[in-house]
Amino acid sequence: MKAYVKSVLDANDRLDGRKFEDSREIEVSYGVSNKAEGSARVKIGKTEVIAGVKMDVGTPYGDSPNRGNLMVGAERLPVANPEFLPGPPNPAAIELARIVDRGIRESGMIDMEKLCIRKGELVWNIIIDIYPMNDDGNLIDASALAAVAALRNAVFPKLVEDKVQWGEFTENKVPLKFIPLTLTVSKIGKHLILDVNKEEEEAVETRLSVSVSEKGNVHAMQKGGEAGLSIEESDKAIGMVIDALSKLRKDLKWN
Amino acid sequence: MTEKENTNILVKERDVVVPGEELAQGMDYLPSEGAFRDGEKIVSLRLGLFNLDGRLIKVIPLGGRYIPKKNDTVIGKVSDILFSSWRVDIGWPFDAMVHLREGSREFIPNDADLRKYYNTGDLVVGKIINVSSTKIVDMSLKLPGCRKLGTGRVIEVQPTRVPRIIGKQGSMISMIKESTGCNIIVGQNGTIWISGPDSKKERIAENTIRKIEAEAHSSGLTEKISKFLKENE
Amino acid sequence: MAYEKRFDGRKFDEVREMEAKIGIIERADGSAMFRTGKTIAIAAVYGPRGVFPSFLQNPKKGRLKCTYDLLSFSVTERKRPGPSRRSTEISMVTEHSLAPVLDMTKYSYAGIDLYVYITQADAGTRAAGINAASLALADAGIPMKDLITSIAVGKVSDKIAVDLDKAEEDHEDGATDLPMAMSTRTGEITLLQMDGNMTRAEIKEALEMGKKACEGIKKVQIEALKAKYNGGNKK
Repeated sequence: MKAYVKSVLDANDRLDGRKFEDSREIEVSYGVSNKAEGSARVKIGKTEVIAGVKMDVGTPYGDSPNRGNLMVGAERLPVANPEFLPGPPNPAAIELARIVDRGIRESGMIDMEKLCIRKGELVWNIIIDIYPMNDDGNLIDASALAAVAALRNAVFPKLVEDKVQWGEFTENKVPLKFIPLTLTVSKIGKHLILDVNKEEEEAVETRLSVSVSEKGNVHAMQKGGEAGLSIEESDKAIGMVIDALSKLRKDLKWN
Repeated sequence: MTEKENTNILVKERDVVVPGEELAQGMDYLPSEGAFRDGEKIVSLRLGLFNLDGRLIKVIPLGGRYIPKKNDTVIGKVSDILFSSWRVDIGWPFDAMVHLREGSREFIPNDADLRKYYNTGDLVVGKIINVSSTKIVDMSLKLPGCRKLGTGRVIEVQPTRVPRIIGKQGSMISMIKESTGCNIIVGQNGTIWISGPDSKKERIAENTIRKIEAEAHSSGLTEKISKFLKENE
Repeated sequence: MAYEKRFDGRKFDEVREMEAKIGIIERADGSAMFRTGKTIAIAAVYGPRGVFPSFLQNPKKGRLKCTYDLLSFSVTERKRPGPSRRSTEISMVTEHSLAPVLDMTKYSYAGIDLYVYITQADAGTRAAGINAASLALADAGIPMKDLITSIAVGKVSDKIAVDLDKAEEDHEDGATDLPMAMSTRTGEITLLQMDGNMTRAEIKEALEMGKKACEGIKKVQIEALKAKYNGGNKK
């Protein structure tokens, strides 16, 4: 099927007829778990990922006494793909979590200083957990969007005398400064395409994930796969992502 | 005794039944595929359609993986090459075996390099010639219609929908082939190979097949599909 | 103090509102979601398929392997990823609750993998998981002599009740949790656990109540299976 995917791209077409820069239909919904401080479900075509935000308090790190902390984890649940097996996250799952983490962290999405309760003593810790539910290709973009959507939806739990009152939520939303969005460009032959489905994903030679905030600047990138990428291709890929994201931001209506 | 008068049959023909559902009572009937006897009752083993065939009570499965049967045409990928056989993945827990002498219509000498005929990763269409009691499958690649398949669009459908996709005496699949100009080979294991004049036509063929897969139980399907194909010509 | 009225107003033999849907995970061979009140379980089945490593293959019968777990954000205090002793135990009892209706001799050397995840937990998670698992197995076309239906019965303070929610489990006077599962067609119990404090007579009463509740739950399961095919009988 790899050769077939390539031949279809060579004929300037894609398996499902999309343009190279088009994404499948994207759906975002919230409230996956009422126990989470925030949660979201993202569907890109048939690919589905859920993400949840849990929060806790603790002592800050020595080198950032007035800032809260962020941790992003992902588990490629065996429900999503016959090839995923139960067990600790493998390199692919860890890479996924770290790509999403960098997009959020480097863009300054969360106002970490507003997570400080008492400098040097007590700060809020935010933990995002990502779970793919169905893998029809492009888990990275679906996961990144789910994590960001869950954060947009997240509120602080009640804090009484420095203890979190589990299950009780406030109306205070997690303070966000920017909304980074991530898209991955995949290279098959000499073609660069966005949002691969599972058949296309098998033919991907290398990919570049790019996170961009609404400022228009790139905050994180990750190249994956074994083939090479020229400077021109990298530049073209970044351009594709920036253009596609300006359209996505309009569609999501997140202002 | 007609079905209506017979109160020993507890469901109607082609009713959707579930595991554990009571289908019949009394000793007049025999449980067949998908059903079993529990004392006085005959009970369904699966989610499927009730079918009364003479005295045999069957439940035709609505889903589930392909179960290999003798004489089935299947499409698979060569997964391994051994000393005098190839292994082919046909979507069953155990790869099918193609023995040297079943490999080709040409004569294959004993010392031949098997990779010259079929290499790992090659897509092939073959026929199942035997299924042992422990479900080990023997496959032939030399019977008429069997061959290595070239580059083409490969899709997977639910094996239980294959009969509907093929249609009575191949009528449904012929309609799709004619309308799209595509060559289509349908494996009983749910793997379908499509190769046509261009990817657009192949896509129409795929979408049509997916439509049949999704609406396999509805009535008037042939007209719906015919209309769908005309709209896309 | 006696427990006169349930916190959410239900009758003592009443199960919370339920919802079930099958085929929710496209890549799986079979899948289902089952919700009881605010507890939501999803189950996915892959199989029959190969068993690896090969020394685990059994020539006499196939291997049903269940993996159950809570998602990190399904509970109020985040659950660390990775199997806990609790989830390992529940995985095993789930397998055993389904085994009596499955004929694994049909799948010698092969296996069926069942995955159950709780996306939102409000007590009764293993029961919701088993209900979802039965549906997922049926959706995957795996032959079963019956659907397995499960519910947690128990005692809240001084009253026997069906389908305890989290608030009841945490009742200040104490509560007993008695998860059960059965094949309602034969009345055979396939899962039975308990922790708390109950007399023999109370246990019998609870089991009878549970059996009735299971009959109602089974109706929800059957409806979900048939709904996928629009109630059937279409030519």
